[in-house]
Amino acid sequence: MTEQVKPLSNTATAAPAAPGGLTGYFRKVLAIVRKDVAAEIRTKEMISAMLVFSLLIILIFNFAFDLRAENINTVAPGVLWVSIAFAGMLGLSRSFILELDRGVLDGLLLTPVDRSAIYFGKMIGNVLFISVVEIILLPVFVILFNQPANILPMLAGVVLLGTIGFAGVGTLFSAMAVHTRAREVMLPIMLFPVVVPVMLSAVRLTAGILDQVPFEDVRHWGVLLVAFDAIFVAASFMLFEYVVEE
Amino acid sequence: MSTKTILADQQKTGSGGFSWGLALSAVSGLLMLAALYMALVGAPDAVNLTSPAERAAQRIFYFHVPAAWIGFLAFIVAAGASLMYLITRRQRWDMWALASVEIGVVFFAMVMLSGPIWAKPTWNVWWTWDPRLTISTISWLLYLGYLMLRGAIDNPDRQARFGAVYALIAAISVPINWVAIRWWRTIHPAVVLPGNNSAAQGEFGMSADIRNTLLFCLFAFTVFYIMLMYHRINLENLKRRVDTLRQQILYR
Repeated sequence: MTEQVKPLSNTATAAPAAPGGLTGYFRKVLAIVRKDVAAEIRTKEMISAMLVFSLLIILIFNFAFDLRAENINTVAPGVLWVSIAFAGMLGLSRSFILELDRGVLDGLLLTPVDRSAIYFGKMIGNVLFISVVEIILLPVFVILFNQPANILPMLAGVVLLGTIGFAGVGTLFSAMAVHTRAREVMLPIMLFPVVVPVMLSAVRLTAGILDQVPFEDVRHWGVLLVAFDAIFVAASFMLFEYVVEE
Repeated sequence: MSTKTILADQQKTGSGGFSWGLALSAVSGLLMLAALYMALVGAPDAVNLTSPAERAAQRIFYFHVPAAWIGFLAFIVAAGASLMYLITRRQRWDMWALASVEIGVVFFAMVMLSGPIWAKPTWNVWWTWDPRLTISTISWLLYLGYLMLRGAIDNPDRQARFGAVYALIAAISVPINWVAIRWWRTIHPAVVLPGNNSAAQGEFGMSADIRNTLLFCLFAFTVFYIMLMYHRINLENLKRRVDTLRQQILYR
């Protein structure tokens, strides 16, 4: 832990407007990401829960829909994204609970870092954790739904974009939900209506990949997804300081 | 903010408001009665609708559209007030946002109750995943979330701050949601804003009488909204004053 605190105090002495300000900022963000990754490697709490949960969802959908060959491509994108959304929700809701319960958040707020660096650190951490789950989930999805393996790279791109949008605003809401009485219960209620465009465009893009339609036909969904990511990461980045201010 | 300044602030806004509130209520009540008369009796039947059920249901339009307008107006006001709250940190803006969201949720509930009653004779289904229906539902859920979020927080300062942050995110998400949902097919008639949608069902031409009735109803609903806002903000003011006084007495 001490070796991670050191670069923080070093960069903080530099003036914010100095030429090295941006790299200094990224080093602070990275330090927070590294802290989260270290904590996760030691506890394995979030990733294992998310992974098992997402696999269970895929299995349950298989039973519930009794998936047969003729309707597999109709429901497959939906199944994939419901399992990503639910598993991601599970991880996001844990994202700030440890921070609050162990007093880490107070420590982070006391360090001479910009509040937005905390947001980016937490967000990148969340995207990383959800991505690790997805790296295992995607091959399972391809196997269970009998898809050709060569769609995996394109699928991974869509999944990454969707995850950024999901975790971008999810990290902000997670920091809010942790202060409410209901805690985990509040996060989905707040997050799902906001991420409807992510789900819509990600499902459409995934369906496009599975059906092998030319990219031109679904490009507008890709544009929407990227626009959503940019807008909501920017908005969350600006609003985060109001959430953690005390 | 110290309790003294809160009290002083609230006494300023609370005093002398009674006659204004009464006048507003009276004007709004008369306008709404007039709007009811115009919508049910005064307006002519829409000419190109054939079945009597469709003609009767078409009159829902005079309250359905204004209710949707108030719903969106309320959410725009809430977003503006939330932004002002985050900038100025004045309690008054928080009250504006809270009052506006509460009213908006009620009006959206009205939209979604009156819509299916019209849709059944016209579209022959109660509900369809048309963009306008979907966006209304999502907006309604977004702002129900706002009220639930506030309800789950004990600290009043945090309630106001989180509420403002959430209201702003919700306000940004509505137009993006709209674009996403719009890319599905639409069958909702574009009566108010012109649109060339050949798939729309239940469309009717607006004669001058129909348009005037609609404009009058929009006006009456807007006054109604202002009246509700006025009273809700007053009520919130009084509630917070009582809370402050109670705390002062308890911790004296």
